[in-house]
Parts: sequence; C-alpha cells; structure tokens
Amino acid sequence: MRTKDLVATAISNTFRSKLRTTLTVLAIFVGAFTLTLTNAVGAGVSQYVDAQVGALGSPDVFIITQANDATAAGDGPVKYDAGSSASVSSQQGPPGTTTKALTDTDLTKIGDTAGIVSVDPIRAVQPDYIEYGTGSQYEFSINATSAVTTADLTAGAQLDGSASEAQLVLPDTFVTPLGFASADDAVGASVSIGITDILGEQHTVNATVVGVSLESLLAAGAGANDALIAELADAQSGGIETAVTSYGVAVAHFDTALSADSVTALKADLATAGYTASTIEDQLGAVQTVINGIVGVLNAFAVIALIAAAFGIINTLLMSVQERTREIGLMKAMGMSGGKVYTLFSLEAIVIGFLGSAIGAGVAIGLGSALSAVLSKGLLSGLPGLNILLFEPTSVAFVILLVMLIAFLSGTLPAQRAARQNPIESLRYE
Amino acid sequence: MDSEWVIDAQGLEKSYGSGASRFDALKGVSVQIAPGETVAIVGKSGSGKSTLMHLLALLDEPDQGTLQVAGHDAKSLSKRAVNELRNKEFGFVFQQFFLTPNVSVLDNVILPLKIAGMGSKERRRRGMEVLEQLELADKAGNKATTLSGGQKQRVVIGRALVNAPRVIFADEPTGNLDTATGAVVEDILFELNRSQGITLVIVTHDEDLAARCDRQIYIRDGLVVSQTTSTHTGSTHTGAHAQATPEALTTAGGAA
Repeated sequence: MRTKDLVATAISNTFRSKLRTTLTVLAIFVGAFTLTLTNAVGAGVSQYVDAQVGALGSPDVFIITQANDATAAGDGPVKYDAGSSASVSSQQGPPGTTTKALTDTDLTKIGDTAGIVSVDPIRAVQPDYIEYGTGSQYEFSINATSAVTTADLTAGAQLDGSASEAQLVLPDTFVTPLGFASADDAVGASVSIGITDILGEQHTVNATVVGVSLESLLAAGAGANDALIAELADAQSGGIETAVTSYGVAVAHFDTALSADSVTALKADLATAGYTASTIEDQLGAVQTVINGIVGVLNAFAVIALIAAAFGIINTLLMSVQERTREIGLMKAMGMSGGKVYTLFSLEAIVIGFLGSAIGAGVAIGLGSALSAVLSKGLLSGLPGLNILLFEPTSVAFVILLVMLIAFLSGTLPAQRAARQNPIESLRYE
Repeated sequence: MDSEWVIDAQGLEKSYGSGASRFDALKGVSVQIAPGETVAIVGKSGSGKSTLMHLLALLDEPDQGTLQVAGHDAKSLSKRAVNELRNKEFGFVFQQFFLTPNVSVLDNVILPLKIAGMGSKERRRRGMEVLEQLELADKAGNKATTLSGGQKQRVVIGRALVNAPRVIFADEPTGNLDTATGAVVEDILFELNRSQGITLVIVTHDEDLAARCDRQIYIRDGLVVSQTTSTHTGSTHTGAHAQATPEALTTAGGAA
C-alpha cells in the first residue's frame, strides 16, 4: 500500500465513527487548548519582562550602591567620616530609607576595579514641567537611568549618548496632551522643559524629541541623554557647587566580553570593596522565576489533561480494532503486511491527535487573541505593551507535534493488536 | 509457464488446540490443483474442507506435510513473498461478503490493488472494467450496504477478480444466497474459468455446485475419502445447470 493511500485510508477511517472520533478529539482539544494558552501566557509575560529589562538597562551594566551597613543591628553606632558618611534618600527598601551615598572617591575606586570599563554617577534632576510651543504645561519627570537604557519605542529612535544635542524620549501618554497629532508627529519636535534651581529661580531648557516610548512598569518618566541631563543638572544647581558631591546610585559598564562567571567574580570583588553591584537580570530574576513557576504548574495541568485524552485514544482505537476485526483479516488475507496494518492504525491515532490539537490550538489562538485585546484595553491597561497572550508559531507547532506524538504512542497498543491478528481467526470472528 | 503453475500439497496435517481439546482438522491430505482446473472440495462442516482451502491459499501453515506453489516450497517463501503471492495470484470469495460498509462499491472492489500499491488512476480504470464485466458499473458510486445480497456477492467476485488472479478460492460462495442469485453467481465464476482460464477452488457442501466442477475432492474427518472427475465439458455447463435447477432448489433449501 502506498503511503498516500495509507494516509487517505486512515483519514477516512477516522470519520467512519463520527461520534466516537468527535468525543476523543474533544478530550484532546481540552489538553491542547490549555497547553497552547499557558504557553502563550508564558511567552507574553516573558516578552513583557524582556522589554522591561531593556527599558531598565543594558545587559552590560551594573547598578552600584554602597553596601548598606547602616541598618545592621547590634554593631552599635558607626563613627562619622566626613569623606563617606553622607546619606541620600533611596528608592530601595521602605519609603524614607536612606543609603550611604557614593562619593567621587568611591567612583574612582569602582572605576579602577579590573573589568569595569566606565562608571557614571546618576544625577537626579527634578524638572517642573514640559511644554510644546505655546500649549499647556504638564508635570514631568525624567528617569535618571534613561541614558543607559533601551526604551520600548513606538516611534523615532533611541537616545544618542554621545550627541551634544539635548535629546528626549517622550512617554506616549504625553503625545496628545502636548498637541501632537501622532507619535510620529512628535519625533523631531523641539520642546521646552521648565526647572527650578536651588535658589528658587525657574529656568527653561530646550530639547529635541527623538523618540516616543511606551510607559514602562519599572522605569517611569521620560528618557534624556547625557547632554540634556547635564544641562538640566547645571540649571538645577544654579551655578553653585555643593561641597561634597554625592550620588545615591552609579552606573558602571563592564566588559561585554566577560563570561557569566567573570561577572559573578566581579560582583564579589565589588562586594569586598564595600559596594553592592547588581545587574538588571539580578533585579528581575526573581520575578521571572515566579512567572516561570506559575506557567510550569499550568503546563503540568495541561499535560495531565493530555494524558487523560491519551487513554481516550487507546480506548477508541481498541474499539475500532475490535469492530474492524474482519476487515483487518480480509486485508491481511489479500496480502497486506502486518507492518502496514500497524501503520494504518498508528496513522489513525495521529490523525485524531492532529485534529484535536489543531482545533484546540486554533480555538486557543482565536479566543486568546480576542481576550488579550480586551484585557489590554481593560484590566491590564495600566501595563502598556503587555500582550498577556503571545502565540509564537514555534510553540504552537510544538504543542501540535507533542500531541501527535502522544497520540502515536497511545495508538501503539491497539495498532499492535491489529497487526498481530491472524487472518483466518479474524475472518471467522462473528 | 502456465502449465507449471500447479499447487501441489503432500500429506498436509493441521490441528488446533492441545491436550484434551486438541482437534485434528487435517490428518494427511494430498491434492494437486492444475492450472485452469475447477476443483470442488466437498464435505460436511467440521470435515476440514475450509482448513484445507486455507492451507492451499497460504492463509495458514500446515503442521506437517509440504506445499509447493508453482514449484516453490511454501515454507521457503518469505512472509513478504507469501503476501505478494496472495495479493497478485489469488482471489478470495467468502461465504460472508466482508464488504467495508460506508465505502463505495468501487473502493471495495479495488482494495487488493490499493494493497498492491497500484496508482489511483490505474486501479480505478481496472475496477471499472471489472464492474462493467459484472454489470455493476452503474452501482460503482453506491455504498456497499445499499446493495442486495446477489449484488454484494458480485462485488465480492469483482474484488477477487480485480487483480487478474490465477486462482480464485471460494468458500461457500453461494451459501448466503437464494437459489436464483446463487445460480447467477455460479455462472459468473464458471464463465471466468472458461474465458480467462482462472483456476477455481470451491469449498462447498452443495452437491450440485460440486458437480459443475471438473473434479470433486470429498473430505471427511480430515481425510480425502474419494476423488471424482466430471466428464462434462465447458460447453455443457449451462445445460447441466438448467437441468439441475429443480434439484438445486431442494438441496439449497435443505441446507439452509
């Protein structure tokens, strides 16, 4: 029997007992549907987290703070040291937490550590408002680490760190209020940023919008390049140099050629020197682990459903073999080999598996896409850029192939039984 | 070549089961079947006639004895060769029709060609040819379940015939049919023998059907009790049948 004929016969046999096939397909459908959806949730959340990591910083960056020893209980008060004892308010820990500040001496020390390419303090600037042309003024904030991050852009380009021109990446929520027709319209426009110096005098700084970004969960505010930050910082200081320059956080670039082990070693070196260095991955690792855990549990449920469906396939095919005993006997009497009979029944199992998984995956994609669209406008509108269900062609194909494999394995027992039948016994069977 | 295509069985023995339930179906049977012959294997149920046919058709293997087909020892043939032999050289007609329901008449008829791996166009052409020969061409697209008994048995003959076999093995081919349709089916089988030289091996307990064959092998309790040769020629078949009809009616009725 030709392969083509075997496949065609298997398909037509599958539809001979429509109700039974439908019920078995339904069982597989449930498993494939669930597995496709859970995979999509995993992929959607992972993609979102990746985008957030991009928004937070490049992979070759450490966020460095002083090791926080101020809270260590039982050591008694720490002696004051004019060179290092300045504190700054910190975003880490509960509100009001302070960390010991980094001074210029610290920065030099960090910069000298082997493996660190460059180190830059993060200078926090607090602009008052943003304005385009003669339109309304809006409250406005700048993400201090934006110079080293990759924004999740909807239009325009990333910031150019080496440009001397003051550049700005605008959050997309500002586009319409500022009077731009669209995100693309905003790119290239010149906006003015108002800032008050420490003496209470207000200054205006002009910047060019180079890109429009989606608002990020982890890094709020607009992006500004080094040139704009420097300009704003100068305006903010009002020309007065504070006695001790201190920064809460510094950003250090390390050699991109370093292996993961070397990065860990480098972190240890910095820890010995009294600094806490963490990469963006470290900060988001915990989040991703939790999400992977949840997706793993959901996948396990889907696989359990598939195993239950596998027994359905075994049952269906065993009944089919029983019903078609004489037909099998006849085909064997007419010279069909046991191997071909085996292939025929295995193919029937695979056809059932394919039907269930293809329909399951198809419905999951249809329903999931609709649900995802509704959610991103409603419940999840606070997380722009989050596609809670992301259907990747490879993972959908993987689910379908996996189900077909399970179906094939389930078909093994009935197919073997069919292949082993003795033609004479089968023809006598009443 | 054709004259060498003999089925030669020597001392066939076959038993089923073991111990107390052991049943010796054949206890040393020797028969030869020459090409173009029509042979009836006659006996009561349980006499071993079906078992003999199964062995001759290579559907089963004897416990003892040798079987040569066209000069080849059946034991020396590979499984694949046996399958191919049954597929290409043999046709089967069983008492029960064994038609696949919900599949068209044509698809039922071309099943052996499908198993042989013939292309779909060629097997369709061949299938239609056979159906035309059996005057069933107009039913080609019908489901097998919609046919009458006689039509079904003709489809079965079509299926046995489609691969242009050398030998057709028929196990009680008219057992399930009324006398009139049974006679039509018999006529078709003997016509095939006459016009195409197909060897017929018919297992039956119907004396009239047996009498139409060239040779009768009587089997009782697993042994050949007698062999007779009919003297009639092919041309007298129809006449003999016409005369036999009233008798056949009573015999068939009695058997049923």
